[in-house]
Amino acid sequence: MKTKRAMILVSTDPESERLGSSDLLKSLKDTLEAFQLTDEVDIAPITDVERSTILPFVIVYPEAAVYGPVKASDANYLIEEHLYKGRIAEDLLAPPKELTGQIGSLRAHKGYNPAEQRIVLERAGRIDPENIEEYITYNGYEALGKALTEMTPEQVIDVVEKSGLQGRGGAGFPVWRKWKFVRGAVGDKKYVVCNADESEPGTFKDRIVLEGDPHVVLESMALAGYAVGADEGYIYIRGEYGLAYKRLKHAIEQAEEFGFLGKNIFNSNFNFHIHMHAGAGAYVCGEETALIESIEGKPGIPRSRPPYPVTNGLWNRPTTVNNVETLANIPAIVRNGGDWYRSFGTPASPGTKVYTIMGNVNFSGVIEVPMGITLREVINIYAKGMKPGSTLKLAQTGGSSGSIIPADLQDVPMDFESFRKAGVSLGSGALLICDQNTCVVDLVKVLLQFFRFESCGKCTPCRIGTQRAYEIVKNISEGEGKLEELDYLLDLASEMERASNCGLGQTAAVPVRDMLKHFRAEVEAHINDRICPTHVCSMVSSKVQVEE
Amino acid sequence: MHAPPVVSDIKEIVRQAIEKHGKTFDALIPILSEINHVLGYIPAEAMRELQQQFHNPAKQNYLAESQLYSLASFYDMLSTKPRGKHVIKFCENAPCHVVGGKAIWDALRKHLNLDNGGTTPDNQWTLVTTSCIGLCSVGPVLLVDDDMYGNVTVEQISDILARYE
Repeated sequence: MKTKRAMILVSTDPESERLGSSDLLKSLKDTLEAFQLTDEVDIAPITDVERSTILPFVIVYPEAAVYGPVKASDANYLIEEHLYKGRIAEDLLAPPKELTGQIGSLRAHKGYNPAEQRIVLERAGRIDPENIEEYITYNGYEALGKALTEMTPEQVIDVVEKSGLQGRGGAGFPVWRKWKFVRGAVGDKKYVVCNADESEPGTFKDRIVLEGDPHVVLESMALAGYAVGADEGYIYIRGEYGLAYKRLKHAIEQAEEFGFLGKNIFNSNFNFHIHMHAGAGAYVCGEETALIESIEGKPGIPRSRPPYPVTNGLWNRPTTVNNVETLANIPAIVRNGGDWYRSFGTPASPGTKVYTIMGNVNFSGVIEVPMGITLREVINIYAKGMKPGSTLKLAQTGGSSGSIIPADLQDVPMDFESFRKAGVSLGSGALLICDQNTCVVDLVKVLLQFFRFESCGKCTPCRIGTQRAYEIVKNISEGEGKLEELDYLLDLASEMERASNCGLGQTAAVPVRDMLKHFRAEVEAHINDRICPTHVCSMVSSKVQVEE
Repeated sequence: MHAPPVVSDIKEIVRQAIEKHGKTFDALIPILSEINHVLGYIPAEAMRELQQQFHNPAKQNYLAESQLYSLASFYDMLSTKPRGKHVIKFCENAPCHVVGGKAIWDALRKHLNLDNGGTTPDNQWTLVTTSCIGLCSVGPVLLVDDDMYGNVTVEQISDILARYE
């Protein structure tokens, strides 16, 4: 694909259709052609919009200018002003609207991509992570000071409740509720555990925070400790993150020296100590009860629940386990208030989300944007488009256990409720973008190989299910698949989801289900015709036919 | 390969690891990682030694050797078998796979004439696959000991390995 300099999105939901959006789309396309701009400018319809008062609307990137309502007869003026002369078509601009998280309603800041909004990554990459003074200069430990001197623990939980912050590790559980459970739980001692076992393939957002802004994790853990009534915390960090471990360890020493950790913090009666705990390589330890087992010096085998960690966690005491990204939001929320946080994202999924982008795109890396932007926007704006010659075939969202979505779902807003509605999992925020040369059978085989290896073996559906699913998909990739096994595969997938003890087994078969839902024809070609349409699978048995 | 560990050394290595991380259950995995780091693997003698130094009924520290084996076999970064002088870890997860990982893996195996988990006869190299190491924006990725290599191409492999010979 040629790199385009601009992208036009046109609303085409039913209400926009009624108001003439298909005429508008057509006349915009015609005008682009008349101005000979079709090579430089992309145009696409979008659905599922929230700007119901100004339909139909048009958004032009990279400026993220929102025009509306736009009539077919406005097309010439809009294209001429914005894309030919290169200035905003002021007369058509939509009236200002409160931030909803829809990327189009946010203005671009100088030097940023439109809508990029840094809360979690506020400082990462901009301060010296080994110097506590730089952290302090950028509002560091201000929230902790505020909480300890002006707020009760209940008020800290209240402000987090008001913010609507949901866990960013994948499950999306409201943070305040977890904290309230732990605060209310009976125990002589309570713990705060930071889940830094980021091992979901394709996810490295937490590493960026841990390496680039370690103090924000410490400050949030102390805030969490104050809120739930804990005086001790653990950071469980995966063994592979050596640099992050070193920086955190150093940060803890500095924070103790400055009195932000330790005894009588800010001259209050609040004490808080943080221990580091490095894992030794096990994907399943990202599951919170497995993680707790691992800290206790045991193999990371998830516990049966209930009881939950909020009452019976580390050393059988009430424990809150929170993901790094989740925690990194807390100091800004305490400083600025819940309403401020709610001004980002969508009403049901407030705040920002950190995504890692990778695959067959021009730019791979980390972005932080409000909840609710779409995959199309991510690819075109942040990933700088697909690689030359690549077109989008599918994307995997949320790491290995995430969903595989076909190109035609790329306009679903990425927030918890829209994704849930579309049957897609937002997961950890990894976005693996795959082009037309990716074979879905081969991809799913790789994923199942991963789960087969990482299954802890505790429960039967996962231990045997991951193995059987792998065998069947491997056979398909080698031209040995059988059509009747596809139904069996679906049964297997739903049994694993229903009967597995933890998230690993429950989600391991999600890619299988998505493969059969969206790419069944491609799978059947492997079976019926012994052909891999993308020429990725070696098709062992079809070789015989070729030689003939 | 590391020289076969002498038993008296092992005693000292275990003692130092315990001293560094503490004689508590939450220190067990860090202690094993430390021993693995120093010796390249965790020999049976080290498990025995660790059990003897750790187990202390007077302090309610009950530890069986089998618990240590279960840890060493559960966690991927711990090895109970000796490995080559250098360990190559290749990321086999989907993000590296879709940007050409399989060609790198095939080339590595061919270059070293090894399968997953194998060690060369001269004990120079051990080749293993690993789960995601979080360097996905520069895939395909491989590690040689603690050194990370990203955006690896087939052509680079002999150059990378030559640095360790």
